[in-house]
This record gives sequence, structure tokens and C-alpha cells, in this order.
Amino acid sequence: MSLIHAEGLTKTYRIGDIDVPAVRGVDFTIEPASFVAFVGPSGSGKSTVLNMIGCLDHPTSGHISVLDTDVASLDRRASATFRGNHIGFIFQDFNLIPVFTAYENIEYPLIMVQNWPPEKRRTQVLAMLDAVGMADQANKRPDQLSGGQKQRVAVARALVSNSKLVLADEPTANLDHDTAHRIIELMKKMRDQLGTTFVFSTHDPKVMREAEVTYTLEDGRMAANSGVTHA
Amino acid sequence: MLKLIQLAARNLLRYQRRSLLTSLLIVIGVAAVLLFMAISGSFKQLMIGQITDSMLGHLQLHRRGYVASIESLPLNMNMAPQMVARVTKELQQEPAVAAVSPRIKFGAMFSNFTETTSLRINGVEPEAEAAVLPLLPGRRLDGTRDGALLARGELLVPVLVARGLKVSPGDTVVLIATNRDGSVNGKTFKVRSTLESATGPGGRDGYIHIEDARELLRMAEPEVSEIAVRLKDPQMLDPVAVRLQATFDGVKNKMGQPALELHTWERLSPFANIAKMIDVLTLAIKIMLVSIVLVAVMNVMIMAVYERIREIGAIAAIGTPPGRILGMFLAEGLMLGTAGTMIGVAVSLAAVWALNIWQITYAFGQQKGLLLAPALGAGDVLATAAIVIVVAGLASLQPAWKASRMDPITALRHV
Repeated sequence: MSLIHAEGLTKTYRIGDIDVPAVRGVDFTIEPASFVAFVGPSGSGKSTVLNMIGCLDHPTSGHISVLDTDVASLDRRASATFRGNHIGFIFQDFNLIPVFTAYENIEYPLIMVQNWPPEKRRTQVLAMLDAVGMADQANKRPDQLSGGQKQRVAVARALVSNSKLVLADEPTANLDHDTAHRIIELMKKMRDQLGTTFVFSTHDPKVMREAEVTYTLEDGRMAANSGVTHA
Repeated sequence: MLKLIQLAARNLLRYQRRSLLTSLLIVIGVAAVLLFMAISGSFKQLMIGQITDSMLGHLQLHRRGYVASIESLPLNMNMAPQMVARVTKELQQEPAVAAVSPRIKFGAMFSNFTETTSLRINGVEPEAEAAVLPLLPGRRLDGTRDGALLARGELLVPVLVARGLKVSPGDTVVLIATNRDGSVNGKTFKVRSTLESATGPGGRDGYIHIEDARELLRMAEPEVSEIAVRLKDPQMLDPVAVRLQATFDGVKNKMGQPALELHTWERLSPFANIAKMIDVLTLAIKIMLVSIVLVAVMNVMIMAVYERIREIGAIAAIGTPPGRILGMFLAEGLMLGTAGTMIGVAVSLAAVWALNIWQITYAFGQQKGLLLAPALGAGDVLATAAIVIVVAGLASLQPAWKASRMDPITALRHV
């Protein structure tokens, strides 16, 4: 059974009196534990697709289900709960909480989104810090970490609550090539270890090559796909 | 919850200068309000104490219409002995009443045999009067200050009158009064003491024994002009007054109307308005404090939300429930208010302590050397602290609500 299934997905923004189509009837299917990239130039609609998968945005028309849930039908509160329970996020700008240490940033979803008991929480956070190679930086705040280290913390935060799906919008855009490569490798490693599905957007050709499945978007339309095992 | 508080505290420390300035504003506001309340409260209590404990008592009972004509001290509006006995019995049965003092009030000419002046005289039962006015014996400036307030044949003379007529304790003087039939009578008295002036009506009255008053006025029966009442708890003034008024409304005159009227000291003294003015000023200063806290905290929280829009977007995207985001910002505002309040309370308590150590004195009217004794009641401190903390919470509510309603995508795109 597929993890994500979208059919005729459309998103149109209204800016003043003008309708601006961002996504125009795309179909795709993403299998569990896959490593998928949505690629394309700026404005092609890849971030919009990721936002709709992550129930941050609702489609104008079409259907999208994530983990057998029709996410388009979820209201604001239900969307937040769904995201908190099933989806991890990695952002281009890391978006760590500046006043928290790396440890506390990773711990955040377990306290503020879910309610894990303290001992279980501690074990899980330490395991994540170790998994992303940040165990020795646990007590540092984001402003004391490099870009790559911040993104490692962000990866750990996205995975700490055992999310089935991690969405990463341009996760390497603010990193140099070597660091970007290491982050992608880390994401792959975590996919292999935990069986988590990673879906990310990128316009960096080197990063695209790392994806096992690639959906290419142009002007909001699906221009091509590669590595798709079934439709 | 603990994490929420920890996050709020760290976010406040993130903008140290801003948090410090806002807290300082709250500290100054809280300390100023509490100090004002302590000092004005001290002044108010002293003033009320002077009025109730050395002149008027807490309540006074008169025959209907007496107070309207009080300037002329009409003897024909005295209460008859039967009425006095009935009223005294009712008052003594009231559990809230501590003491009752019957008085005969009249105007008299006061003479030292060479000069004469007019004087308001209170004929009192010394023990009853001292029980109703516990500060009255302390107003005796010289002469025999120990023992009963005064004895038969003795007179307490207001100090300004004594000075004007060069009268000293031990001197013999004459009081001349017109009785209700119009005949003029005189009686010699020995000056027991001069009496310190007190501000307000009755502050320059002379005192004699009630039996001397009856003798001077040649009363056929023991009439009384007024009955002064002291309550066990002055805070219960209004409910007790209502209760007693209802009781005395049952005492009717020949025309079937209530024969008596009960007045609280507030109705009898113009200084009640000053006390009310102090309360109004305190309220005005509290409103200013509320405005300061409201504006200061709201400003800080609006800035906090504005500066952390992307951060809010991120935490909303990863699934933080809107209620928890609201709680985060609410906690910051409440923490700011609580910290400022606690420091402000500490500062004001220290200032009140220091003022009491310094023993500052002041003059009020003819009274000099009044000791400023500011005091803060736990109720006042808690009420002020609660107001500030609640207002800080309310001021944070709008920015916190805005943060909790923020669309994650829009917030994440914010530059």
C-alpha cells in the first residue's frame, strides 16, 4: 500500500483579482521507506506540493491521501495533530529554536507536540543525537553550531517522534556541496535504519542524483519522473 | 508546563535589555502604587482615627432634625429620658457595639472673669466618653492627665481658647448658658486640662461632666442631645449602621414618623470627603499602573511575536497545537508581569520599612508632630499584584492569539 497518493492535485492562489496556478493537476504515488525528490526550477510548484503533502496547505482540487488519511479534509487543529503525530519537517533555514540547545531542540516535539514520559524521552533524544553524529554537541545552542550541524539537529528533530514521513523543503540550499552531500547521506542512512520515507524538494542537480525517485515539475505540471516502480 | 516556563524565561532573556526595561517599568509602577497606598492609607487612617476616636465616635444617634440644626445646638431637640433608656438598651444589645456615650451639647459663654468668649460644650459621662473616644484622654495637654477624663466641677478647655484667655489648669472659670426656657444660668468650673485641638467638627469643643451640664441647664429630667457609639470593628460601619437604622426606625414620634436618625461619622464630618478623595486618587493611580503594564507588556509581546514569526511558523509546522503556541507567549507576558510585580512589591515593602525607621513627622491643621506610619496590608499587596499579573496576561493575550492563529506557510516565508 502506498504511503502518499495524489490524483489531479491542483493548487491555485488568488492574488488580488488574478488566479495564479501553482500546481496544475499532478498525480504521484510515494511508497513507504522511499527516498523521493521533487525537482524543478523556482516557481515550478515543488514547495506547494510538499506543503499539501504536509497538510500545511489545502489543494484547490484533486485528491491527496497521506497514510490513508484524506489530508485535504483536515481542519487547522486536526492538521496540526496529524503533522505532530506522523510527519517530520526539515527546513531550508533549519528553523531551530535559538534559545534551546541541540538536545532541547530535538526533545521539543516529544514535549510540546507529543507527551512522552521523561525517561523514554531522554533515551530517544540521546539515541537521535548519536544517530546524527551530534552527541558531543548536545549542549550547544544553534548559534554555536555550523550550518551542517544545525541541519543534523533538524534531521534528528524530524525523526525523534518516530515519524513515518519526513518532508524537507530545499534542505541543502543553505549548505556547501560537501555538507549538502553529507546531509543527504545522513537522511538516507536514517531512512535505512528507521524505514522512514523522505520526500524533499531541490533544484540542485547534485542532490537530485541522490534521490531514488524523482518527480520533475515545470510550471506546476509533472514534466517527468524517474525511478518510479509503479504508478 | 515546566518546558513552557523554561522556554518563556529563555525567550525573555534573549532580549535582555527590552525585558529589563519593561520589568523596570512595572517595578516602578507597582512600587509607586503600593507606596502611595501605604502613605495615603496611613494619613487616611490617622485622620479617620482622629475624627472617630477623639471627637465623633463611629456613629451618632440624634432626635430627628437635630443634625440639620446642629449649628445652633438646639436644646429643645434633645432626647427624652425614656427614649434614651430604650435606645441605650438596644445599642448595648447589639453585638457589634463596643461602647455608648450619651452627651448633652450646648453653647455657652466662657469667662475668666475679665474676658469672655463662646464655647461649644459637651456634657459627658467621663468613663463612657473615654470608652467611645479612646484618643480623647490623650488630648489633655497639661494639668492632671491621669485617672478619669474629668470629675464633677472640672472643665477641659480647648488649648487655643485657653491661650487666648490666658487660662491654665487649676484656674477657676465660669460657664454661662441659656437653658431651653430662655433663662440664663452660670456655674463656676476648675480647669482640669487644656485640650489639644483636633481638625474637624468638635475639634475645639470643651468638656464637662454630664451632671454639671444638667445642673447648668437646669434640666428637669436627664435629657441627652446625642448618643455617640463606638464599634468593635470600624470596618463593619456600614452594615451595622443599616442594621441599627432599621432598629431605630421602629421608634416613632407622635406623628407616627421615625423619631430618631442615625449618622455615621462619614455623614457628620467633611473629612470623609477627603478620605473618599484619597480612595479616588488611589483608584486613579491604579488605573495608571494598569495602563503602564498594559502598554508595556503588549508592546513587548507584539515585538516578540513579530520578531519570531519564522520560529512560530516552524513550531506550528512540526505540529505544535495552537493552544500551546498561545500558552508560550502568554507565559512570557505573565512571567514579565510576575517578575516586575514581585520586585516592585519587594521595593515597596523595603521603602515602607525605611519610612517607618526614619519616623517622619508632619503637621495637619493645628496638629503638629503627627507620625507618618505607612503600612501595607496583605490584601492590598495581593490585590495590586493580582491586578498587574492579570493585566500582563491580558496584554499578552492578543499577540499570543495572533501567534497561535498564524498560518505556518506564511510565517515560514516571512523575511
